[in-house]
Amino acid sequence: MTGRGGSGLPPADSVVEEALAASRAAGCVVIVEDISDANVRFALNTTTTNGVRRDRRVTVVSFVDQPAGVSAGVASASGPVEIAGLVAAAESDAGSSEPAEDASPLEPTGCDDLFAEPPATTDLGVFAGILEDLRPAFGAARAEKRVLAGFAIHELRTTYLGTSAGGRRRHVQPTGAFELVARTADGAASTWAGVGTPDFSDVSLADLDDRLRLRLGWAQRKVDLGPGRYEVILPPDAVADLVLEMDFAASGREAEDGGTVYSAPGGRTRLGERLTAAPFEMWSDPAAAGLECTPFVVAGSSGADTSVFDNGLPIPPARWITKGALNRLRYHRAGARRAGAAFAPPADNLLLALPGSEGSLDDLIAHTSRGLLLTCLWYIREVDRSTLLLTGLTRDGIYLVEGGEVVGAVNNFRFNESPLDALGRTIEASRSERALSREWHEWANRTAMPGLRVADFNMSSVSPAS
Amino acid sequence: MAVPRQDFAALPFDACRSAALDRASSLGCRHADLRIERIRTQSVMLRDARLEGAVDDLTLGMGVRVVRDGAIGFAATVEIDPQAAANLVERASETAAITARAGGEAVELADEPDHGTVEWTAPYRIDPTEVPLAEKVALLGAWSADLLAAPGVDHVTAALLCVAEEKYFANLSGTVARQRRVRLEPRLEALGLDDETSTFETMRTVAPPAGRGYEYLEGDGWDFEAELAEIPGLLAEKLRAPTVEPGAYDLVIDPTNLWLTIHESVGHATELDRALGYEAAYAGTSFATPDQLGRLRYGSGLMDVTGDRTAPYGLASIGYDDEGVAAQSFDLVAGGRLVGYQLDRRIAAARGLARSNGCAFADSPLSIPMQRMANVSLRPAATAGPTTDELIAGVDRGIYVVGDKSWSIDMQRYNFQFTGQRFFRIEHGRLAGQLRDVAYQATTTDFWGSLAALGGESTYLLGGAFNCGKGQPGQVAPVSHGAPSALFEGIRVLNTRAESGR
Repeated sequence: MTGRGGSGLPPADSVVEEALAASRAAGCVVIVEDISDANVRFALNTTTTNGVRRDRRVTVVSFVDQPAGVSAGVASASGPVEIAGLVAAAESDAGSSEPAEDASPLEPTGCDDLFAEPPATTDLGVFAGILEDLRPAFGAARAEKRVLAGFAIHELRTTYLGTSAGGRRRHVQPTGAFELVARTADGAASTWAGVGTPDFSDVSLADLDDRLRLRLGWAQRKVDLGPGRYEVILPPDAVADLVLEMDFAASGREAEDGGTVYSAPGGRTRLGERLTAAPFEMWSDPAAAGLECTPFVVAGSSGADTSVFDNGLPIPPARWITKGALNRLRYHRAGARRAGAAFAPPADNLLLALPGSEGSLDDLIAHTSRGLLLTCLWYIREVDRSTLLLTGLTRDGIYLVEGGEVVGAVNNFRFNESPLDALGRTIEASRSERALSREWHEWANRTAMPGLRVADFNMSSVSPAS
Repeated sequence: MAVPRQDFAALPFDACRSAALDRASSLGCRHADLRIERIRTQSVMLRDARLEGAVDDLTLGMGVRVVRDGAIGFAATVEIDPQAAANLVERASETAAITARAGGEAVELADEPDHGTVEWTAPYRIDPTEVPLAEKVALLGAWSADLLAAPGVDHVTAALLCVAEEKYFANLSGTVARQRRVRLEPRLEALGLDDETSTFETMRTVAPPAGRGYEYLEGDGWDFEAELAEIPGLLAEKLRAPTVEPGAYDLVIDPTNLWLTIHESVGHATELDRALGYEAAYAGTSFATPDQLGRLRYGSGLMDVTGDRTAPYGLASIGYDDEGVAAQSFDLVAGGRLVGYQLDRRIAAARGLARSNGCAFADSPLSIPMQRMANVSLRPAATAGPTTDELIAGVDRGIYVVGDKSWSIDMQRYNFQFTGQRFFRIEHGRLAGQLRDVAYQATTTDFWGSLAALGGESTYLLGGAFNCGKGQPGQVAPVSHGAPSALFEGIRVLNTRAESGR
C-alpha cells in the first residue's frame, strides 16, 4: 500500500490539479469521487453475501468556445485513469459538439481548507454492534419460528471538485441504511423496519427486532378485505416512498414542455398554484440537521434541469412547496434565466412537514375509528404523468385499525394513487421525523416525513402476496 | 475521440491470477474467482433535436470472491496489479471470516468442470462505443428533427445508451475465460399537446434494446426509418382517441409489450434464490415454490418457457457466466407446468442440485456475482402459426397492446399491472382505432391460464431491458425476452383516469 488514504491510488487533490493543468480548453471542471463502502446481507437466519469496496471515478468536463457559444464535453473513468487521455477525450467531444443550451459562465466558487485531505474510508467495523447482535438474533428467531432477512450498508463518498475558475471544493458524504424483515416460519406474516443513518451509532438491531415482534404479534388475527377506497395511516417511511415521486417529477423544463403534473397549458407551469388544501411545506436544504448533504453542485452530465456549467456552485435551500402551493421547480442557471425562475439545483435530501402537527404515529392510530395502518410500499411506478398517478403494492405488514387500536392484519393490496391527491385528502399528520423510503433509499437516503392519515386511498385490487 | 482505451489486453492478467489464486490456496480457500473487467458505457440525450447531455464512461476494476470457512467473502478495487490482487484475497477472506462468526449454514458451490483457457465474443460488426459522439448526435438529431417537423408533435426526446464489456475470469479449478460483448438501446419519444382539452400524450419507439453493434441503427435487425415515420400519425390518433371502458377484454399482446410481462411474472418468479427466500428483504420471494416443481399449473398447455444464455443478440447471452459456468439453455415451464429454475452455483448446491445452469452475473468488477436472469422466452407456435393479424381476426371484442410503458408486480409475483404505448380496439376481428388510459391487471397464473393462442415464428421478437434491478447493494443486469404475439382471453382492463378518481 502506498499513497495517502491507505490505497495505491494517487492523492485525489493531485489528480484534480493534474487534470486542470492538462486542460487546453477555455474552461475545465474536474470531479474525483472516491467511494469506500461496506455491506452485509443476510436471509433465512444466516449471513449471505458481504463485501468491502473501494472505487474512484474521475470526471472531466471541458468547455470549448465556438463562434455561436460554448460547448461542453464529458469523459469519466474509474480505475487507473490516464489523466491526459481523459482530458483530451472531453475536449474532443466538446470540440465536435454544437454550443450547449445550458451554457453559463463558470463562476469562482471558493476553496475548502480541507481540499488536500485524503478521502474518508469505512469498513465492516462500522457494523460491529449489529454483527455482534446477529448471532443471538438468529438463534432467538429460530426458537420463535421466525425468519430474519436484512441488509446493512455504509458508504463514505469523498468528492473533490476543482474548476479552472479557481474553485476547490471537497465534501465527505456519509450514507448508511439498515433494513430488517421478519417473517413467520410458515410465511403467513411478515414485516419490515428500516432506518437511515450516517454512522450506525444510532442503530440497534434489538430495537428494530422488538418493533418487528410487536407487528408480527398483530398478525395473529387475519382479516380479509376486498378492494376499495380506505382511510389509511401512512407511516413516515411510506410517505417518503410516495413524496419522493413528487420531487423526482419536479423538473421545470419538463413542466414547461407540457408533459408533467406540474404543467399548465400554453407552455406554462403551475408555479404559485395551490396544490393541497393543507398548508404542507416540502423543502431541501444541504444544512438540514441530521440530513446534511453535499452543499455544492456536482454534475457529471447535463440534463433537463442539471448542468455541468453549474459545477461547484452552492446549492441553496429550496422550498418546493410552501403553504400547500408549488413554489419551486428544478432549474439549472441557464434554464432559470430563460424561464424567469429561481436557480434550483437538485439537493440530496427532502423534507416534508405539516406545520403545527406535533403528534406521533400512535396518535394517528388512536384517532382512527376504522382504517388501514401500512408499513411500507413497494414496486412503485408512474402510470400517468399528467396526474402523477402511481401504482404499487402494500408490503410487509398492513393492519386493520378499529376504535383507535390495531385489531389484526389485512391482506396486501395494489394501489393506484397520486401522492398529490393523497396529500390533498390528508385528515391529520404527525410530526416530521427521519424516514427511510424502502423503494427509493438507494437513491434518496435522507428524508424527513410526517406520518399521514389519508381519506379514500385507492386500493385497486388484492395482492395474495405475503 | 473517445475515452482513452488503455489496452485491456495489455493488463497483467497472468500475474494477477497467479498472485490471487496462490494466496487463496495458501489461505485454504475452498473456492476463489478473480474477475478483471472493463465496461465502457456511453449515453447521449437530445431534447428537441439538440444535444442535452452526453457521458463517456469507463469502469476498470478487479474483484475477488472466495469461499472460506463455509462463508462467502468479496473484495474489489480499481487498482490492477498482482499485489492488489493478493490483497483482495486477504480482504475477501477476512470478510468471509467475519460473516462466518455471525453464524448460519455453510456455503457450498455446485461443481463445474474446468473449461481450460477459453474465449467468447458476441456477434457484432461495429462496436457502438467506438462510433464518435458527433455521428450519434447527427443521427439522433436528424431523426428528432423529422419528428418535430411533423404535424401534432410538440417535443421530442431521444436517447442512446451504448455498452461494451470486456471480461477476464480465472478460478481455482483452472478455468480462464476472456469474453467481449456489446449492446445498445435507442429510444425516441414524441409528445403532443392538445390545448383545447389541456391534455397531452406521448408516443415512444418500441424498438428493443439489443446485443448488437452500431449496425442495428443502420437497419440490421430493426427498421427505424419505418417506425419513426409512423410515430406522428400514431401520436395524433392517440391524442384524439376515446378513453377506454373498463372491463374484461380479450388481449392480443404484441411481443414489444409481452416481453416485460414475461420478465416480471415468469422470469423473476423462476429464480431459485428468490423462491428459497434469499431475496426476502428486498426483491421478494416467489409464489412458484420448489415444493411445487413439476406440479404447479403455471398456465395453459400452450405455455412453454425456456431460459437461455445462448440466444444470438440476447442481452444476457455470454459464453461463460461470472462463476465460470458454461452458458446453457433449459426449460422453466413446459406444457403449462413449472419444470425448472434459474440457478447459480451456490443456489444449486443449497438445493442439492448437481450443476448450475449458468445464471451468475455481476454488473461491475466491483460487484459480487449473484444469480441473475437468463434470457427467459416464450416459445412461439410452429413456423406456420398465425400472424398477428390472424390472431386479431379471431377476436370479437378486444384490445391489441403494443409497446411497454408502466409496470409493477408484487413481491411474490402474483398481482401485476402494465400499461403500454399503443392500445388498438379490436371489433369483430379488425382494428378500430386507438384507446387512451388503458392498463391491464391480473394474477400471474390466471393470466397465463387464459393464454388461448400463440403467434407463429414470424411474430417472434426479442425484447428486453438494460436495467433489471436486484440485490443489495443494487445491481442492474441486461436481459432479453423472446415472445410471439399471443392471445389472452378475459383480462381485466382498467381506466387509469378513473383509477385516479377523475
